[in-house]
Amino acid sequence: MAFKPKIVGFLCNWCSYAGADLAGVSRIQYPPNIRIIRLMCSGRVEPFFVFEALKQGIDGIIIMGCHPGECHYMSGNYEAEIKFNFIKKMLNFINLSDRITLKWVSASEGIRFAKVVTEFTEFIKTLGKSPIQKSKNNSDLIFSLTAMQQSMNNYRMRVLMGRKRKITEQKNVYGEKVSIDEFEELENKAIIDEYNRERISLILKKHPLSVKNLASSLDLDEKSVLDYIVWLRSKGIVDVDKIQGLTPYYISIQED
Amino acid sequence: MTELRIGVFVCNCGSNIGSIINCSELADYAKNLPNVVFAEDNLYTCSETGLTKIKNGIKEHNLNRVVVAACTPRTHEPLFRGICNEMGLNPYYFEFVNIREQCSWVHQKEIHKANLKARDLVKMGVARSARLEALEKYQVEVTSSSLVIGGGISGITAALSLAEQGFEVYLVEKKRKLGGMLNDLYRISPNYEDPSEYLQLVKKVEQQPKIILHTNSEIISIEGYIGNFYVTIKGQNKVESVEVGTIIVAVGAQVLKPVDYYNYNGKDIITHQELEKLLKENKINQKNIVMIQCVGSRIEERHYCSNICCMNALKNAIIIKERAPDTNITILYRDINTPGTKNELYYRDVRKNEVIFLRYNVNKPPVIEDGKIRVYNNSLKDDIELDYDLVVLSTPLIPNEDNKALSQMLKVPLEENGFFLEAHVKLRPVDFATDGLFVCGSAKWPVSISEAIAQAKATAAKAAIILCKPRFEVEGSTARVDTEKCVGCEVCIKICPYGAITKDDNDQVLVRNVLCKGCGLCGATCPHQAISINHFTNPQILSQINALVERE
Repeated sequence: MAFKPKIVGFLCNWCSYAGADLAGVSRIQYPPNIRIIRLMCSGRVEPFFVFEALKQGIDGIIIMGCHPGECHYMSGNYEAEIKFNFIKKMLNFINLSDRITLKWVSASEGIRFAKVVTEFTEFIKTLGKSPIQKSKNNSDLIFSLTAMQQSMNNYRMRVLMGRKRKITEQKNVYGEKVSIDEFEELENKAIIDEYNRERISLILKKHPLSVKNLASSLDLDEKSVLDYIVWLRSKGIVDVDKIQGLTPYYISIQED
Repeated sequence: MTELRIGVFVCNCGSNIGSIINCSELADYAKNLPNVVFAEDNLYTCSETGLTKIKNGIKEHNLNRVVVAACTPRTHEPLFRGICNEMGLNPYYFEFVNIREQCSWVHQKEIHKANLKARDLVKMGVARSARLEALEKYQVEVTSSSLVIGGGISGITAALSLAEQGFEVYLVEKKRKLGGMLNDLYRISPNYEDPSEYLQLVKKVEQQPKIILHTNSEIISIEGYIGNFYVTIKGQNKVESVEVGTIIVAVGAQVLKPVDYYNYNGKDIITHQELEKLLKENKINQKNIVMIQCVGSRIEERHYCSNICCMNALKNAIIIKERAPDTNITILYRDINTPGTKNELYYRDVRKNEVIFLRYNVNKPPVIEDGKIRVYNNSLKDDIELDYDLVVLSTPLIPNEDNKALSQMLKVPLEENGFFLEAHVKLRPVDFATDGLFVCGSAKWPVSISEAIAQAKATAAKAAIILCKPRFEVEGSTARVDTEKCVGCEVCIKICPYGAITKDDNDQVLVRNVLCKGCGLCGATCPHQAISINHFTNPQILSQINALVERE
């Protein structure tokens, strides 16, 4: 049977949803794979939603907002783009970043809406079924997506996403201006660190492991695992479970 | 919790939906979805018959959620919400599923897949409706007076229009005299009207009892929200506080003084504004006049086109030519901007009138040296040398310096050049994104007098919509803060485009519902997920995703 991708579209009410309506009024035909979820603004898209949809086996996700400078809420689409880029960087770790896209479509662009949806649907067809659906043996992927989902919910990541635009465009509270390059260097490091910390604390919920075990099962070097463990212990997220020989085994002590 | 009783109404929309989607099958499908107690299809759900069927459905089946699968919520949601309200059901318990614009009309050649999609959409809508929450609309009292900032042609027009409709208007002008830039003009393009015709309006303003005039005055603070703005006006001798329901920004713009361009000296190298003054005083008798266009506009530091200077230069050229036909006028230009039916014809006439047009290249601009102008001509691939007795520079209108301060008081944005930014370029051209605030004239962008008047009348009309009612209704779909989870980090306060989130006296974060537009930025950003967005909550959105992937 031919592959029929399931695609979720998060559309803002004012531009892209209106653009989709215009495509309808103009009877412009496009593939019937997309299921649209209407939001007031593309800036409403929680990174959480995207990871959840991917975990559920959705093949492609398209976020649409107003063109830069035309957002009904002035800056919502810029914030959407920041969040989108954070999500994309995370998904790069597991080669899923191609399955999401962000497009600007105005209320007058019915033709563009149909074109964007058609192209994305065709592209997802070339990628094939979501790896979550493809094999029953998808627990590693689900594990990674869950770690991403949780790290995007944590304080540090959300502050970085929420403050990026103002901090790089205006001055911070100390009157300093942070360049976009400086900020992104920090951001990239934070994305890696938070993702790995979440993976460690998730895996330690299941059973106690040593630094060596962790390093090999998460494909990290032992030095960084140890650094993460020290940090996680200081925050009261993991603790030593037992010591076997000379090797400490750690366990997650965080309640859900 | 009361038992969920969902009713689904599928609309055939004549044959618009019905010819592609099998609506009775879709209704049958809906009947088997969780919590659905009633489902039917009808020919036109928005017709009197269709609406009666919804009413009967609510009554007979005791429905507490209504789902309509039909066209787009962007047009018909208010209608169906109204029906729910009429039947005593909270309007926010209504859910719209779009199976026309986003299904039957766009998948006409894939009927089977379109039907499957319609099912998915209904399933998602039903799942979402189960998680909808009742919300209240907020009412705010409206003070039926308005503030107009700026006494140029836009401000005067807006103030008069509102006053003539019976509303009290406070008109605040920085300078001593009303009329703004009109006071400096000799004639107005393209019909050579005397500005005094327009300045008659100033007399009308002064005689209008509904207009309370504050000249030589400035705004020093603005607090509040739609219907209830508290404005402090500082005059020469006193400070006064007034309360208004709406505010119109009509502050205009100023002419760029070209101090760094073409040896500008205000004597034989002047601006068009200065030329107009000399024309008024009948002091133009120079033999060779050269006009240079785009001085300080459409360049790296100021990208925009000032819109009015081409027509203005053409008009001044013609006026001079008519007075002294043997004057040599050369216009050095980059492009001539004369859009519209009349302006382009006017330009052609000027060309016929022995005014010489020479195009210059922005990378090799004209040079004024030793009493001559040298300009590189791309066709000749060589310089042309021109004599001059007078050089007139077309400089752009630039934003006022105090725009920034005013924008901060109003909490509205400026665009990159420093002009005021409207809510939407096309759909809300004279509104600010914040309710009750409007903008017209060159405050937003350099405009001609006719455009300024049209925009000013538009703002007055929009303000009157608010002012004519005693109360204004504000949407219930706003953000709300969970005070248990909130740690007071203020990320939401900084990200809110409307300044709708503040801290109260106890340092507790709170959302001012009147200002909140429900965009959801704060909710998607709050580091502790302490903010939920009414009518677009996380559970509501996740239920749609989950419904989509559920196996039947």
